[in-house]
Amino acid sequence: MNSNEKNEKDFLKQPIDRLGFFKMSGVALATTAVILSGCKKETAEPITTPTPSPSNNAVDLGSGDTGVLNYAYALEQLEAAFYTQVMATPFTGMTAAEIQILGDLKLHEIAHREFLKAALGASAIIALTPNFSSIDFTNRASVLGTAKAFEDLGVAAYNGAGKLLTDPNNLLLAGKIVSVEARHASVIRDLLNPSSADFAGDDVVTVSQGLDGAKTPAEVLTIAGTYITNTLDASHLPTT
Amino acid sequence: MNLFNIISKIGEINTSSLFNLPNTEPFNTEGKTLKSSGVSALKGQSSVTAITDVLNFALKLEFLESAYYNQGVSSGVILAADLAIFQQIKKHEAAHVAFLQSTISALGGTPIASPNFDFTAGGAFNPFTVYGDFLALSQAFEDTGVRAYKGQAGNLITNNTVLTAALQIHSVEARHASMVRRLRNKNGMDSTAKGWITGNSRGTLPSATQAIYNGDENTTQGGVNVTTLTNVGTAAIQEAFDEPLTDVQVAAIVQPFIV
Repeated sequence: MNSNEKNEKDFLKQPIDRLGFFKMSGVALATTAVILSGCKKETAEPITTPTPSPSNNAVDLGSGDTGVLNYAYALEQLEAAFYTQVMATPFTGMTAAEIQILGDLKLHEIAHREFLKAALGASAIIALTPNFSSIDFTNRASVLGTAKAFEDLGVAAYNGAGKLLTDPNNLLLAGKIVSVEARHASVIRDLLNPSSADFAGDDVVTVSQGLDGAKTPAEVLTIAGTYITNTLDASHLPTT
Repeated sequence: MNLFNIISKIGEINTSSLFNLPNTEPFNTEGKTLKSSGVSALKGQSSVTAITDVLNFALKLEFLESAYYNQGVSSGVILAADLAIFQQIKKHEAAHVAFLQSTISALGGTPIASPNFDFTAGGAFNPFTVYGDFLALSQAFEDTGVRAYKGQAGNLITNNTVLTAALQIHSVEARHASMVRRLRNKNGMDSTAKGWITGNSRGTLPSATQAIYNGDENTTQGGVNVTTLTNVGTAAIQEAFDEPLTDVQVAAIVQPFIV
């Protein structure tokens, strides 16, 4: 067994850092449903008596590579649930081409979700409950606008999370997924504004350097959190 | 010229295994401490030389793409309806060239000079007079670019700044690839082409491009056969995960276009 294989197996057996849970500040961000306070996993902090607070009911993403993959798993759960609803209740006037595309996206996101769940094993977070109350699933602009936001967010999330991973095997897996999210984003943007530059528009790819988005988990979860009923605790994710 | 030296040099550094990194001194260009001694032992430790070699490898691909779209956009071969798309792609590839050059220099390396290109590959293609050929090679280059960057990510894992930038280019190439693949469908050149790659299918691209798609039919991720986890079907699982190519594989793919 080479070292990469060993690292991967070790990762798959790695439990979530339960002790780290008690390092939480206890601050609940009720409005965003996401706990974002950063915490470097190497930092030793005194364990204080936990005080009851709403954040104790939060879904702890965990630390290290496990935490980063749980973060990805949360986003894939959100995307899969979204496209499942899109296909269950198609918007008015959905074309055959759109049915094909959105149907494919549903299957891809389910594949991502189920893979990450299996890779995380016992460390996987629970099934999250989406909150799509802001989306009008009968309306094409609402659905495709949300799809665009989710896909661009997914791309920026994986791009920003790459550096947080320590195992090259996990980095490669994230790379295998992110380019598919970017392919999705390109298609959705072209459906909204066909044959324009928007598939990789100046609003998402920098003009000066040609770089796509890269966001921190805190930035991503502030946006994604509005579509998730559960409170996510990202405070133990690595920050570098 | 020095291109071949670079290819062979990269071949020495990164052999057949994606993560077979050189056992050299860790180098930190930002002065950032490695994540922890335990972590750095797990991670590949690549020297700045290895990192700039990876970036020069990427720069070669960006030179190729940038030259291709410069010529394509000025040739008049592109349909007016599609021109805004290729002007955008051209802009990105030129920006990638400049970004990589400046990054390599900032790391203390020397950016390679642009190779000379023959986009007819010795007369096999006519991309600047036949639109179908232009789109076919565009798809080939973009899909190759996605797999090439993906294959190098692990070699950049010790430098967060460079790794993140490479990922940010990688996803732009994927946006391009998706768009061009769908343009080939729209323009009647490949009715099976979707934004994503199904199995190892090159669709209606010539057989010479098959190496770009070999291996993309993989359904085993992280040691798990994903087909056993979900009933979405083999094709969807193949589409859902893009696979990497090694530097050696990529060099072989682009070699016919370099003179």
